[in-house]
Amino acid sequence: MFSLHDKQLSKKIVQQLKEKEISYKFMHVCGTHQDTLMKHGLDTLLKSCGIEIIQGPGCPVCVTTPKEIEEMILLGLKGKTITTFGDMLQVPGENHSLSYLRTEGCDIKTVYSIEDAVDFAKQNKSKEVVFMAVGFETTAPTTASVILNEPPENFSILCCHRTIPNALKTIVEMGEIRINGLIEPGHVSAIIGTEPYAFLSKKYHIPQVITGFDPMDILMAVWMLAKQIEKDEPYVQNEYKRVVSKEGNKKASSMLDDVFKLVDMSWRGFPVITKSGLTLKNQFESYDARKKFEDILEPLKTKKFTEPKGCRCGELLRGLITSKDCPLFGTICTPQKPVGPCMVSVEGSCNIFYKYDEK
Amino acid sequence: MCLAIPGKIVEIDKKNQIALVDYGDNTKRKANISLVDVKVGQYVLVHAGFAIQILDPKDAKETLELFKEMLSQEGI
Ligand code: SF4
Repeated sequence: MFSLHDKQLSKKIVQQLKEKEISYKFMHVCGTHQDTLMKHGLDTLLKSCGIEIIQGPGCPVCVTTPKEIEEMILLGLKGKTITTFGDMLQVPGENHSLSYLRTEGCDIKTVYSIEDAVDFAKQNKSKEVVFMAVGFETTAPTTASVILNEPPENFSILCCHRTIPNALKTIVEMGEIRINGLIEPGHVSAIIGTEPYAFLSKKYHIPQVITGFDPMDILMAVWMLAKQIEKDEPYVQNEYKRVVSKEGNKKASSMLDDVFKLVDMSWRGFPVITKSGLTLKNQFESYDARKKFEDILEPLKTKKFTEPKGCRCGELLRGLITSKDCPLFGTICTPQKPVGPCMVSVEGSCNIFYKYDEK
Repeated sequence: MCLAIPGKIVEIDKKNQIALVDYGDNTKRKANISLVDVKVGQYVLVHAGFAIQILDPKDAKETLELFKEMLSQEGI
């Protein structure tokens, strides 16, 4: 009921785009958009219309830094119960991944929701349960809701939540690639609404369309971007009105404000991005694993971290290359033996490329 | 990870902020509804065990209609 299908309309869009003889590069920041693009062959179809769409830093697992992975691993090694979403387990750390720790007898659990982690903590009061909270504005409210609901004392989070708008600003400001338009993530926008992107169009004159996850949504978004460029009137256009309103989900946003403060944060492949990360406000610091286990994590504070050898995830996340440009892709690096996080996560561009391209 | 799936609210346990959500195909699962003010019969988008937004079933159709209009009026 909520998906859009209209074969004829898609044909018409493609035909109109072709007639236009354009050559544009658009960036999206969402693994689910990448999946739609590859699954339905839209990437190839759009290339034939002169449009290249690249995935920026839109995979929460991929942009998690080596330091954050090591923090989790160290807490696991020190006997804490580590809970997180499935993808995190395979992300290679300097020596091990969380899934390797599990084979060594450490207590590592995957959960579907942060609530599962809280339930586990309630049922296992003798264990210290740490939840690795990754995800953008779509996921962060679920963490906020749980924290406001007073979870048990033996529960804490390692907060790795990040926010999208200033990451986009950084991409545009770095100027490493010329992007003609941004395809904004539908479910991040469901929470934050349309306004937080507006400054990008105003300040950098860049067209933006918030869009959904059906192939039709993407085609329409591309058409809308092309139209904005043609008219030379860049703004934030909302194609995904069935989910995204101007003000977003106010209840969820106010919970985010209640629980978190915005901080400068490192993203894999990027310099520190101003006001792009969330951390628990002081009144919730008893749930902050970084404070609770400060002594354990101390050695990591000053340590320098390196990316896995040969892995080009950093350049991928900045939109500079595609997965195929990485010499390790599909040979040394596969979903079974991933070298970098972009091959691990179902939202990572290498994983998605491998899934649809290699078969 | 930002994947979210639409479903219909069939039961609500207000005290615990939990609803039973029907995803069609005989799949029903519980979801936390603390992020939305929702009623039985409404559709929600569920992400990581939480309903994150209420959906309007009319809107999918309207999206297509509106876009068709844009496409035919303006050309490119
Ligand atoms: S193919 Fe593997 S090594 Fe290369 S960029 Fe992707 S994840 Fe990194």
